Amino acid sequence: MLNRKIAPKITDAVAFNLVLPPYQKYILKNGVELYTVDLGAQDTLMLNWVFFAGNCYEEKNLVANATNYLLRNGTSKRNSFALNEHFEYYGAYLNRQCQNETAEISLHCLNKHVNELLPVVAELIADSTFPLEELEIYKKNMHQRLQVNLKKNDFVAGRLIEAYLFGKEHPYGKYSALEDYTFLQQEEIKDFYRKYYQNGRCIIFAAGKLPETLVKEIEHHFGSLNLHTSKKPEYNIQHIITPAVEKKYTVTNDPNGVQGAIRIARNFPNRHHPDFQKMQVLNNVFGGFFGSRLMENIREDKGYTYGIYSYLLNQIQESALLISTEAGSEVCQATIKEIYKEMRALCDEPIDEEELQTTRNFMIGTLLGDLDGPFHVAGRWKSILLNNLDENYFYNGINTIKTITPEELQALANKYLHPEEFFELVVT
Amino acid sequence: MTMIHFEKFLLKNGLRVLVHRDTSTPMAVLNILYDVGARDESPEKTGFAHLFEHLMFGGSTNISDFETPLQLAGGENNAFTTNDLTNYYIQLPAENIETAFWLESDRMLSLAFDEKSLEVQRKVVSEEFKEHYINKPYGDVWFKMRELAYTVHPYRWMTIGKELSHIENAQLIDVKNFFYTHYRPANAVLVIAGNVQVESVYQLAEKWFGNIPSGKKYNRHLTPEPKQTKARKLEVRADVPLDALYKCYHMGARLDKDYHAVDLITEVLGSGDSSRLQQALVKEKKLFSNIECYHTGSTDAGLVVIEGKLIKGVSMEQAEIAIEEEITKTKTEKITDKELTKVKNKTESAILFEDMSVMNRATNLAMYELLGDANMMNTELEKYQAVTTEDILTASQQVFEHNNSNTLQYYSNN
Repeated sequence: MLNRKIAPKITDAVAFNLVLPPYQKYILKNGVELYTVDLGAQDTLMLNWVFFAGNCYEEKNLVANATNYLLRNGTSKRNSFALNEHFEYYGAYLNRQCQNETAEISLHCLNKHVNELLPVVAELIADSTFPLEELEIYKKNMHQRLQVNLKKNDFVAGRLIEAYLFGKEHPYGKYSALEDYTFLQQEEIKDFYRKYYQNGRCIIFAAGKLPETLVKEIEHHFGSLNLHTSKKPEYNIQHIITPAVEKKYTVTNDPNGVQGAIRIARNFPNRHHPDFQKMQVLNNVFGGFFGSRLMENIREDKGYTYGIYSYLLNQIQESALLISTEAGSEVCQATIKEIYKEMRALCDEPIDEEELQTTRNFMIGTLLGDLDGPFHVAGRWKSILLNNLDENYFYNGINTIKTITPEELQALANKYLHPEEFFELVVT
Repeated sequence: MTMIHFEKFLLKNGLRVLVHRDTSTPMAVLNILYDVGARDESPEKTGFAHLFEHLMFGGSTNISDFETPLQLAGGENNAFTTNDLTNYYIQLPAENIETAFWLESDRMLSLAFDEKSLEVQRKVVSEEFKEHYINKPYGDVWFKMRELAYTVHPYRWMTIGKELSHIENAQLIDVKNFFYTHYRPANAVLVIAGNVQVESVYQLAEKWFGNIPSGKKYNRHLTPEPKQTKARKLEVRADVPLDALYKCYHMGARLDKDYHAVDLITEVLGSGDSSRLQQALVKEKKLFSNIECYHTGSTDAGLVVIEGKLIKGVSMEQAEIAIEEEITKTKTEKITDKELTKVKNKTESAILFEDMSVMNRATNLAMYELLGDANMMNTELEKYQAVTTEDILTASQQVFEHNNSNTLQYYSNN
């Protein structure tokens, strides 16, 4: 007779032996490092060209972003349309993304087409011309896009909280005003491109079912460019983090709004600090997934929000612990009260073994799913390498999940989860 | 392209079960798809299918807590509702697949129907409504556009509900009726994918789902939307920074012969930066700061959509004329062979990238099975590859007929 009240037997995920598949490393003729992850059953490829060209290197707001965006908008051989058409003709996606320390070009394509695509990517890196017309269109369109985004409370909250955490001058905290787009000049973009792309520091990642000739092709197209791997003086910029003095903020953005965007955050050390991976476990319990303390209380019990999460920011120099939610306007203060209540609960009471076991299994189980596939594996290696870490970081993380005790987690809560040490922002 | 292999069997209670093996992953996915969506709601009680999706997590008859046992098994889950269907999926280490069977079968057997759970989820869905549609600029566009384009068919309301009050007034008795009408084995498709054995999946399916009463097969009798005979227009003014223009046109159903040709038209017009609308209207004429063309992907007759934000200073009239020009081109001249190859390559690429994930494969198999044939998973690409420039010309002429158009002119008050 089937007994539906009894859960089937499980294998605890903590018993699984997780392995991070290794990369293969090659050094191109110009010293550029190429990391490859050769896995997968589909004929798909992902290539990332990671440049040390993020906004921490710009002397003026938005230059790094504009350079990264526009390097696909014209070379001396092809105009913007021809470039777009070339990639799209092969069903390929050529994307770019500008972050704080790094800026990337990424290519997703079917491996049968990669040889037609690599030379054009090389063209973007060596020969982009940043046509004035393209810059004007970019300025206008980005200005309009920002106008719309500034109407959204969650967008405004996201920028402000990072400004409080890191300071408005720091790359992590600075944000653009509408007028900043009008000040962008072609010359400074070309300068930035020369320095940080054409003659820039670059690392290449390739993942997927790699064709046999891929490494040779990459060597052929990128091994002779002026790229390098060294850390010249211009890469040693140290930006000082200056958190705001004031802790509590209320901002009115939309007088007709029905929800407030709540952001509560504190500065936190980066991945090199022993507390980082321990905090990942505590954070999971606190607000890191659907069954967390914050979700169970504020969504599933009170119904104040559609979603509430906490997480550690993905920064290299220094991180932060951030709690984020959109809650009904009339329940914002009540939500904040509950958030602090959950912090105090973790400080006052150790997590019981059952809840901890659930957390351990969940984190390992989802990590297992997260390692599934070449793109995920490469992404993990990219994060490890860009943070100047190695595979020990990965295995230490797993070990921490498996062995951290309730006492350690309670001590960690008492070290970091003090409401008065958090910035508190409500944007309504 | 590599075939996606699967096996299919039918339980006595009508539950369709599919198994797709993939030994390259340590994970298993259990995906259960219910043949119910917003289109099956009554016009006075909309938003139910979606509200119900939330309630499915509030405890079932033998299991008061859905999340904890799943987390203990190292699994994660999610769900979504559309106008056509409701889909639930669990991903977990393959060793623990039975936990997924236990959880999903119990909530198919019967929900706990808890008053507190309903009260909370009403609030949660209200917050979701506010977050996505009320508190966002242009958030009301699709409420208005659906009512404009559909006069009779239930697609005329959004999945989240026509209005907040329908959700706020939902009663437990309505919820129970909804469950027993739609959430029955006869109306469901179960797909298990990943590092599993077909024989053990079969046994687990029989063990956990076999004794659930089949329920009545739900027979859908929706009034089809009558052919639109006159162009429609609506003007809206709101506190938004920019004017925006939305145009949509009726197209056929998902299983219609010309579906693939219509899909490719939207690619030619609006997919990627080298698409016609992007290049002509954003880059060359500088009339829009962004523009898109896509279709709603619905099971019943759907909509082809063109939407964009106007550059400040450009008149609505100028913007409309420019769009009309591009549409007219597709109706009068065949697209080039190069364009055709491009959009076919894009389609092939999109399919292959999507199929990398075992979760996507599981969901797609379920959706194709619901449409009538899971093997569409393996035959859709050839249908795309068979489309000719002539097919695209014909489909374009049918879809982009002026009398078939619905235009929403969204003006900024500033």
